[in-house]
This record gives sequence, C-alpha cells and structure tokens, in this order.
Amino acid sequence: MYMDAIIAGFGGQGVMLIGNLLAYAGMHHGLEVTYIPVYGPEMRGGTANCTVVLSDEPIGSPIIHTPQSLIIMNGPSLTKFAPRLVDGGVLVLNTSLVPEETADASRVRVIGVPANEIADGIGNTRMANMVALGAYVAATEVMPLDVVEASLSSVISSHYSHLIPKNVEALRAGAACVKR
Amino acid sequence: MSERVFLKGNEAIARAALAAGMRCYFGYPITPQNDIPELLSAELPKAGGEFVQAESEVAAANMLLGAAACGVRAMTTSSSPGISLMQEAISYMAGSELPGVIVNMNRGGPGLGDIGPSQGDYYQATRGGGHGDYRTLVLAPGTVQEAYDLTMLAFDLAFHYRNPVMVLGDAILGQMKEPVTPHTPARTADPEAASWCLQGAVGRPGRIIKSLFLEDGALAGQNTRLAAKYQAMEAEVRAEQFLVEDAELVVVAYGSIGRIAKSTVRKLRNAGHKVGLVRPITLFPFPSAMLRALADQGKRFLTLEHNLGQMVDDVRLAIRTVADSAFHGHLPGNLPTPNDFEAPILTALGADH
Repeated sequence: MYMDAIIAGFGGQGVMLIGNLLAYAGMHHGLEVTYIPVYGPEMRGGTANCTVVLSDEPIGSPIIHTPQSLIIMNGPSLTKFAPRLVDGGVLVLNTSLVPEETADASRVRVIGVPANEIADGIGNTRMANMVALGAYVAATEVMPLDVVEASLSSVISSHYSHLIPKNVEALRAGAACVKR
Repeated sequence: MSERVFLKGNEAIARAALAAGMRCYFGYPITPQNDIPELLSAELPKAGGEFVQAESEVAAANMLLGAAACGVRAMTTSSSPGISLMQEAISYMAGSELPGVIVNMNRGGPGLGDIGPSQGDYYQATRGGGHGDYRTLVLAPGTVQEAYDLTMLAFDLAFHYRNPVMVLGDAILGQMKEPVTPHTPARTADPEAASWCLQGAVGRPGRIIKSLFLEDGALAGQNTRLAAKYQAMEAEVRAEQFLVEDAELVVVAYGSIGRIAKSTVRKLRNAGHKVGLVRPITLFPFPSAMLRALADQGKRFLTLEHNLGQMVDDVRLAIRTVADSAFHGHLPGNLPTPNDFEAPILTALGADH
C-alpha cells in the first residue's frame, strides 16, 4: 500500500490540520507516515500546503512533486498543483470556491465537494477542511473513516474537545458526498 | 514496544536529549531549529536540568565547553550561521578532549543564505570546522526515528571518545513529522568522567583541562593521541545499503537527500534499472571501506548532494585507484523531490531518457 497527497488551500483553511489528522490516522492504522508542511514566500496571501505520505513499508521521500492525490481548497492551489497530479489521480476539489469544470476530469478523477456549504449546514464554515478530508478518505479508501474520527483527539486540543462531535459530523458528511 | 508518537525531527532531537539524561542545554534562537529550544525550555527544567538561552552562539558554545569540563551531559543546537559562530569553542573542546553534543540543522548559505534545507555545511562538519588539526564525529540522520536514536547515541559517543559529536540534519528533517518509538537508553550519565572532570579538588591534586601545550614536543604528543582517537572512531562507521547487491550504479547520498533519492531508486528499479543506494549515516568516520568494496566489485558511482559537491570528495577518496564518482548537485533554494534525481541517475547509468 502506498499513497501520497498534497493538501493545499489558503492559510487559515485548516490544510495543515487535516494533513496532520490524516497522518496521525495513518499512524494509528499501523502505517508508516510522513507529514511535511511547506513554508516559504507563498505563506503570505497565496497557498499553504503540506504533503502526507502513507505506506506499509519505510517511506523514502517526504516531498512529492507528482502526487497520487490532491485535496484542493481554493483556486490558486488548483492552478499550482493540478498539473502535477498523476494521470488518473484523485482530486478532491472544494467546489464552494472553485468551479468543478475548471478541473480536468478527462485526465484525473475529480471529486467535487461543496465543502463550505456543507460545513455551513453543520454549523461552522471552518469545518470545510474536515468535509474535504471525509470525501478524500471515502474516495481513496486509504483507511476506514472511523480511524480518522478516532484520531481527532490527537490534533484538536483538549480545550476544544467539545467540537469533536461536530468535526465527526463534517467528516461523515464529506464521505457521504462521494458516489460509489 | 512502546507506543509510537508523532514528532517533528526537531522535537525528536529534544526528546532524545532529555531521555539521554542531558542536564544542560545552551542555545540561541535561529530558524529552522527553534522547536528544539522551545521544547527544552519547558521540559528540561521540569527534568531538573538547566536551560540557558545564551546571549549569542559564541556564548552558548563556550557554556557547552564549561558544562563538559564538569563531566555533565550537555548540548547546544543551532543552524548554519550559528554553527559558524561556535567553531572556536568546538576547536577548544576537541583540543581539550571534552565531550559535548552539537546539533546543526543545516540551512542555505553562504552567509545568511535562506531558511530552507541545504547540505552546504558538509565540509565544515567533517573537517573539524574550526582551527587546528581535529575532527568531530558526525552523525547524519535521515528519518525522525534516526534523529531520535542518533541524538541519544551522540551523548554516549561524546563521552566514550571525550570529543565533540555533531548531529547534522537539515530544514527538511527538522520540520517533517514521522512516528517515533521512544525508548530509554542503557546509559544516562557518565560516572567515569569523575576520573578527569572538574568537580573541586578536595582531597586530591588539582586538574587542568586545557588545549594549550607550549612545552617542547607536547603539542605533537597531544595531536598524536588525538589522531589515534580519530582512528579508533572507525569502529563507529554506519551506513544504510539499499538494493546495492546487483546494482550497476550505486547512488551515494546522505540525510534527507538520501531518503529522497531512495524513492527515485525504487521507481527506477521498478522500471528495470539496476541502481542501488548507499546512505552514509556517519559522515566522520566515512564508510570508505564499504564503498571501496563495492568499487572492487566493478560498480559505478553517482554522488547526490544538496550543494555544489562536498561529500563527493570523500566518495572519490574512498574509491580512488579503482573507480570514480559522477556528481549531481541539487541547489539549496529549491526543495528537492524524487523527480529531480531521475535524469541524473539515468545519465550516470548511460540509459536513454
């Protein structure tokens, strides 16, 4: 088993949080994992991104140029990373901010998720990241969603633990968007 | 087996030092290693140790020398420009035969460079770095678990050889997170240091720890003793071999670049190319004998580094008279990915691409 993902969006959309969550869940699922945030001049006003690698054998590079999957939360990230996605790769796209037709569905598998709207419906736009991650886990079947749900307490501080049930709801709502 | 914890490389180094019984930490902030002092500033006092944010790297390194002279497990950490400032004290520690751990999370240079990853400090780390004829043991982790394990080992080696030991990482290793299995080392203090350290001379003659040898022939004697010690360090040589057995081309790369190149090697193997990897884990001592043995088998070599070519000198020295090494340098300022090494490896293989 091997999967790598670049998760990208505006700073503040929580891409580092869901990258951490996916990596923690991978570790709890018994996999080898790496997580690396990419900091640089793009931090101001542009995209924030991180790379997660999941594997059942020791991982080589934590930095990936041509990923097998993407979670894209905003337009600039689609422009930057979509051309690098492998042919047939999984692209989870936040269609609340990026029109689904801007992704090249002839080359890659586009999973459009109106993450902001769904998160609004649950009660907080800021959970759009969890909606996108739920869709990602369902689309890639990289691990069972309940492992991700159980890992929330690893990335959400105890001060905010009362928000975990809502985050579980957001993960499940994202997963439910993915057509089998 | 204890449960895996998910740590940044910097955090793993700090936790390993705590587990290894470090009693004193001295440092001055610099990116990309600030997670180390940040964690230790909270945790070392709780463990009964002393955390000092020094007024400069010069001061921090001299505090390290002072703690070492007292036989105490101590560490300083910095990144390239800060490590340059520490070189005088490191030379004095080598000359005085004092144990200490120095971590360099290598960033771009020369000068202030940038805050991204680089391997530009290979020469500085492996050639002593300061003035005089000396060496430091240099450990180069490629994974966060290795950062943890080698930091622990660094304390043991420092006291065993009474010599500074450097852990050489980079901004990738410092910032990436991986699962780590924590453990408790067999040794967390060095009671045998009582035979040489400074602890007050009550009931015995005083001791002098110094690097000044003015008497006729005294310095030559000291440097001969040091040379014998550096020779003995050969026992510590470590390297990872990956798919080298039937390889026609051996890629040599260390640290983060070693593991990134491993992904490239895996991919090219799947495409039928006979390529393998040697990842030196100790940079001094260097795994010269291993490389020489591979050269004797007729293998060819390509050294990959995140600089303009430094370790390639050691590879060429190791295999001289039987083989040479090609070189490809990925330059700091650009994050290296496995794709960047495909064309250089295929070119060295003589394959079409």
